[in-house]
Formats: sequence, structure tokens, C-alpha cells
Amino acid sequence: MRQSWWKILSVLLLSYTLIAGFLGTVPVKPILNETIRNLYFHVAMWFAMMIFFIVSLVYSIKFLRSNNLKHDWYAVEFANSGILFGILGIVTGAVWANYTWGKPWSNDIKQIGAAISILIYLAYLVLRNSLPDLDKRARIGAVYNIFAFFLLIPAIWVIPRLVESLHPGGMGNPAFNTKDIDSRMRMIFWPAAVPGWTLLGLWITTLRIRTRILEEKQLTND
Amino acid sequence: MTKYLKYFLMVLMAGLNSLCVLAQTNNEVPQMADAMRANGKIYVVVAVVAIILLGIFLYVIRLDKKISQLEKKGK
Repeated sequence: MRQSWWKILSVLLLSYTLIAGFLGTVPVKPILNETIRNLYFHVAMWFAMMIFFIVSLVYSIKFLRSNNLKHDWYAVEFANSGILFGILGIVTGAVWANYTWGKPWSNDIKQIGAAISILIYLAYLVLRNSLPDLDKRARIGAVYNIFAFFLLIPAIWVIPRLVESLHPGGMGNPAFNTKDIDSRMRMIFWPAAVPGWTLLGLWITTLRIRTRILEEKQLTND
Repeated sequence: MTKYLKYFLMVLMAGLNSLCVLAQTNNEVPQMADAMRANGKIYVVVAVVAIILLGIFLYVIRLDKKISQLEKKGK
């Protein structure tokens, strides 16, 4: 295994998130009840997704500046992980909403915004695979990826702040109401849940990048 | 002979019966080492999720090792 300290850290942080996340005390709220613990899992997915899309954007810009295909692979694989965490976020959100808002999908602005941004990123993968020429694929893919990121900003950061929503946070912060959680929950969420899930996603991403590099090597050897 | 057998069976049944009653009364009162059943059995959920996470970690670690081996071979 390569560079394993942060991989061990990910295991430790996630183990702590699980144990403390289930057994720690949480604020007592109507409707939410024990589901407030989903903060450590559902909300962490979105943080991880956002981080991966930002890293993907950075590598796309890097590719356009350097024309180094490796940067393009990094961009794709980080986008892949972002999509994975985004889908997990939307699905877990639907499960949570089913028991708190009454139905899994209520066409809430945050659900729509998240769904649109995931579709935009899925289109990135489709667009890449529809271009057979390697250089063209990387270049057009990188340009589209930058475009996709700047659609993500209004879809999940701006519009949800302007519209009424069932989702906690409401006007102001679209993602979550900081008054709902207390310091006990913050001590699990910020130092353990967010970095833990992000590191696990990063681990999977690096594995995919290394597989891709191996594949390319095999192609050039044959 | 059959008479003795009958008596023997009756005594045995009575003994078993009283044992059963004893076991039932025993079951009602002392319950020990029941951490897994406390708090609405939340610890069972913790155990399940911990096993899933452990499985995913082991899987990713093995995948990582496999890819590392392939990388060594390629060099």
C-alpha cells in the first residue's frame, strides 16, 4: 500500500464517526428525533462531493494550461467520485425526507438543484466518451468541466438561498441550520465525519487514477 | 413391567415440568450482559454498520495492495 498514514486516519475517523455518531447524545428535536444523527452521514456526503468537484475543476484548469493528459485523468476520476458522493447524498436525503417531510421527493429546490448538478456532471462523462480522439476528448472535457462547476454554484449555492424550502437552513445558509446542532454534534461532524468520508473518497479516487495509469501503460506497451 | 415404566414416565414428566416452570421463573428475573439489548437495541445497529464499514475498508485495502503489486510488475 502506498502512503498509508491518511488512509489509516480515514479508518480511524470513520470508526469514531460511527461509534460516537450512534451512541453520543444529540439535541432533542420534534420531527427529527434520532434522525438528526444523519448529519454525520448525509451532510458529509455533500461536503465530500463539493471538495471533489473543486479538485476536479483545478485539474481541468491545470490540463488546459499544461496539456498533460495525466491532469485530465485526475479531473475525470475526481468528478467520478464527486458524482458517486452526490448520488449517495441525494438517495440518503430521499430516505431521510420520507420520514421527516412525508415523502421521498417533494420537488424541493435543494433536491432539484442537487439533481440538476448531478445530471450536468453525468453529461460530462457522456460527452467525454462520445469523443474518440484523445486530445479532443481531454480538451473539450476540461472546458465542459469548468462550465459544469459554474452551473453547480447557482444550482446548489445561490438559488436555494433565494427560494423557500423544506430543507433546514432555509434562507441564508442553504445546507443546514447551525442552530439545530450543538457543540457535541459539531465535535463529531467537523473533525471526524467530513474529513473521514472525504479521505475515504480520496482513497477510492487515487485507486481509480492508478488503475487508469496502469491501463494506459498497458496500451502503450502492446 | 409396563406399570413401572408408566410410573417412571410420570415422575420424569413431572420433573421436566417443574424444570420448565423453574426455567420460566428464572427467565423473568435475572437478565445479565444485556448491553446489546439496551436503548432500543441501538448497539445492534452500531454493530451492523461497523461490520459494513470494516468490510468496505478491507475491500479497499486489498484493492490498494493489488494495484500496488501491478505497479511494481510494470516497472
